[in-house]
Amino acid sequence: MSLKLGVPSKGRLMEKTFDWFAKRGLTLSRTGSDREYAGRVDGIDGIELVLLSAGEIPRELAAGRIHLGVTGTDLVHEKLPRWEQQVEEVAPMGFGYADLVLAVPQFWIDVEGLDDLDAVSARFRAKHGHRMRIATKYHRLVREFLTDAGVADYQLVDSQGATEGTVKNETAEMIADITTTGDTLRANHLKILGDGLVLKSQATLWRSRIAPYETTDKATLNAFRDMLQG
Amino acid sequence: MANPSEILARAQRLRMTFETAGAQVVEPPVLQSAETLLDLYGEDIRARAYVTSDALRGEQMLRPDFTVPVVEMHMRQGAEPARYTYAGEVFRRQEHDPDRANEYVQVGYEVFDRDNPAAADAEVFALIAMQMRALPVRAACGDIGILLAAVQGLKTSELRKAALMRHIWRPRRFKALLDRFSGRLPVPEHRQKLLSTEGPISGSAPDIGKRRAADIDDRVAALRADALLPPISENEILALETLLAVRETIPFAVEQLRDVAVDLPSITPALQRLDARVAALRARGIDVDDLDFEASYGRTSMEYYDGFVFGFHANQRPDLPPIATGGRYDALTRHLGQGGEIPAVGGVLRPDLMLLLEEGAQ
Repeated sequence: MSLKLGVPSKGRLMEKTFDWFAKRGLTLSRTGSDREYAGRVDGIDGIELVLLSAGEIPRELAAGRIHLGVTGTDLVHEKLPRWEQQVEEVAPMGFGYADLVLAVPQFWIDVEGLDDLDAVSARFRAKHGHRMRIATKYHRLVREFLTDAGVADYQLVDSQGATEGTVKNETAEMIADITTTGDTLRANHLKILGDGLVLKSQATLWRSRIAPYETTDKATLNAFRDMLQG
Repeated sequence: MANPSEILARAQRLRMTFETAGAQVVEPPVLQSAETLLDLYGEDIRARAYVTSDALRGEQMLRPDFTVPVVEMHMRQGAEPARYTYAGEVFRRQEHDPDRANEYVQVGYEVFDRDNPAAADAEVFALIAMQMRALPVRAACGDIGILLAAVQGLKTSELRKAALMRHIWRPRRFKALLDRFSGRLPVPEHRQKLLSTEGPISGSAPDIGKRRAADIDDRVAALRADALLPPISENEILALETLLAVRETIPFAVEQLRDVAVDLPSITPALQRLDARVAALRARGIDVDDLDFEASYGRTSMEYYDGFVFGFHANQRPDLPPIATGGRYDALTRHLGQGGEIPAVGGVLRPDLMLLLEEGAQ
């Protein structure tokens, strides 16, 4: 058997992942045509490359179908309940930085933090007869964050893309989304709540605690960890 | 662990006991309107209940408890007074602890009666205590009504009181609000800056979304008015904190609560109701002198209770959830009653845990 390493199958995240491993003496490459999701790892024996969508990597780690995987902290925390028991963080990789934040319209001059948000949501519900809507795709993370903060009378509405536009379209009153620079938020006349940082995320190498490891796999894993240490 | 048929057999027996006590058997559906539950509990319920859906009825939830459907049914068609009993499974989504059951059997007894709330409280408690009598459990009780009365009586604005009332069941936010209203927390810089302005000041950024400029101006005006109010007095805050910390057997608890009432006289009627309840419990043969009273009991987990609350906990098994719980929920009947309301109190037991404790005792 060999260890399976899952990495994002396209885009900048894939390129940066390849670069990160290259600096540590491991050459990841795609094989076959550009459209074929197959790859190889050179520089170590016993590791197989699996190209996957970044969003599927948490699930594959939790199912034990891959031993190692590269994906964002945000996706692992959102998709895996009690993630600490299912995966181990091997190394934060220093790219793919993104913050999951709560953002409200800039012209809400009376709202700077969660205290204000909670007070405003009560008034909003009383006036409009429905709970204040927060557009997001990170339902579990946002709900747990707001429960913990004791914010009430809000409602999560699902938004899988173009989340920043939902406020202008009046399908939501505010959003919870990933941002790197805040540029898209500003361009859509939104501002980040002062204490509304739900999660700081970056690309991270994870190890599955669920996948089976044979004796040879353990030796490979040790050699792999040594290479990462440099 | 008892097997499912033993649990169901025990549940049937318990339900028969409640029938004998005068309750009518009801069988609410498993699927409940998600809208009703979301409206009551907010988004938090999604972490606790399983959601499913179809194209016709939209989102449905697997019943997380029986109280809401029983209240809905009673408010639609119930005669007065009424007593109901039921036995069946409830479903609780678990996102953190795989050792907690995600479905289990509950047996309940609910009383809708206007005449004598103290007697009804005692009736429910005593009936459940009777089922618990051979088990290694200890009861604790509390009274959310006393907390509500204490907040209602604070010498401060209605807006502040409403904010506190809204968060009675969220102790951390409640504390944060108290700290702010008492002046223990300094006014944050951004708020001071906002308060230093005058007149309508929204409009520097584009007005987007359903919350309009007028809403913002309204809130700014409310914040300016609030800033002119004196803080809630230290005296009242200390009394409220003493109240929240009361944790004694009933006779001592009552004594401490009377002391608190000197500074918070608004709780006096609630204390009279407590006295009446204690007398009614005594009349039912409950050893009230040895019954624990915790003023904060039920503040974190029992959102619809607004008066008497109680639970029975396993002595040697702090890892187990309560074996039985219950309380008064007058406000819930008002909320679901579409104009109607009726005082109501009830409790539920867990036959699976009762059997588990019996096995452990052998």
